[in-house]
Amino acid sequence: MQLQDHLPLQLHLHEPGLHSRPVMPARGAGRECAESCMDYLTLELVHHYRDAQQGPSLQAALDAVGERVGRQLAERYARDRPPLTEPLEAMKWLCKEFWGEVFRKPVDNLRTNHRGTFVLRDTQFRWLWRLAQNQMPPQLGLSLPPAVPKTELAADYLVLPCAIVRGALAQLGLDCSVAADAASLPQVDFTVVLAGGGTGGAGAAARGAR
Amino acid sequence: METINAEIFTLTYGSMVRQLIADYEDVEEVNKQLDKMGFSMGQRLVDEFLAKSKTQRCSDFREAAEKIAKQGFKMFLNCQATVAGWNAEGTECSLILEDNPLTDFVELPEQLQGLKYSNLLCGVIRGALEMVNMDVECTFVRDVLQGDEVYEMRLKLLSSSPESYPFKDDD
Repeated sequence: MQLQDHLPLQLHLHEPGLHSRPVMPARGAGRECAESCMDYLTLELVHHYRDAQQGPSLQAALDAVGERVGRQLAERYARDRPPLTEPLEAMKWLCKEFWGEVFRKPVDNLRTNHRGTFVLRDTQFRWLWRLAQNQMPPQLGLSLPPAVPKTELAADYLVLPCAIVRGALAQLGLDCSVAADAASLPQVDFTVVLAGGGTGGAGAAARGAR
Repeated sequence: METINAEIFTLTYGSMVRQLIADYEDVEEVNKQLDKMGFSMGQRLVDEFLAKSKTQRCSDFREAAEKIAKQGFKMFLNCQATVAGWNAEGTECSLILEDNPLTDFVELPEQLQGLKYSNLLCGVIRGALEMVNMDVECTFVRDVLQGDEVYEMRLKLLSSSPESYPFKDDD
């Protein structure tokens, strides 16, 4: 299934039940900053938790950090649109609007088995496109370090984006697991598996949760 | 400069601070970690700043401080700082921010009053200046989140060693 074939219908309805909680203040809305700020921050987050002597593992910490961010961003971006009641609708919104805002361009291809598994392919995943193997020998005259497989190279840097996606979907009422495959960087495939096979409507679940 | 919607950055930073508070359970330690993380970021970010601002060599600390305030903040955070409060020797000054994107969605609860929420910025400045051979101390002395009118970072030059030609190779 090509994402482009199914443009979500934009209706200007507002259902107070779903988004009536007070959202964050508008202070700072529309503000911009350099993209590299985010690069330095995410890089440093990975380094910090990789080197940390105490506290949670990198996986646990970045899972928590990312999930909060994903929830908050989804709440903000989905605020002024009609509720997404079907998992497929929610996924399309995620691939187009959400991805476009957070990762700078929409997902290139969305596939699903219609049983709760979705594969989102971003052929130029922005957050990792500068990731490269260290090509400096440890000392002058020594040989180059052995090549690290791309999957391994990218693993730590994918924890945060996966958690953000999971958080965003959770905010829309879809519990899921998210895994990423970076074997052909800069292309990254994100596999989303909805809990319970995605039978419950996203909107219904969200309403139930509040 | 490529720009993004600042709230992604702001919210990620906020979520990170929250995580650090949970990890260390000690506000002083969190302040220290934020400064340390900023320091590494500053060391990297200075390259981009020098390359993209097309700036000339700073002749002294005074000029460096002005550049950080006028160009650095503008370039990365899209806000401006002013330099004030110079001491007589020209080794200490304040960077004053009226507007700080990092704190856009933030209110500090009572028990976190000792938190220097934006301490990352001090680290960034320290790291960036270290890469141009200026050793500085940088601390927040006023913070809107703590009830002050503005954000003020006090910048103190400890030592500087201007490189002169011919440049020495790394030891």
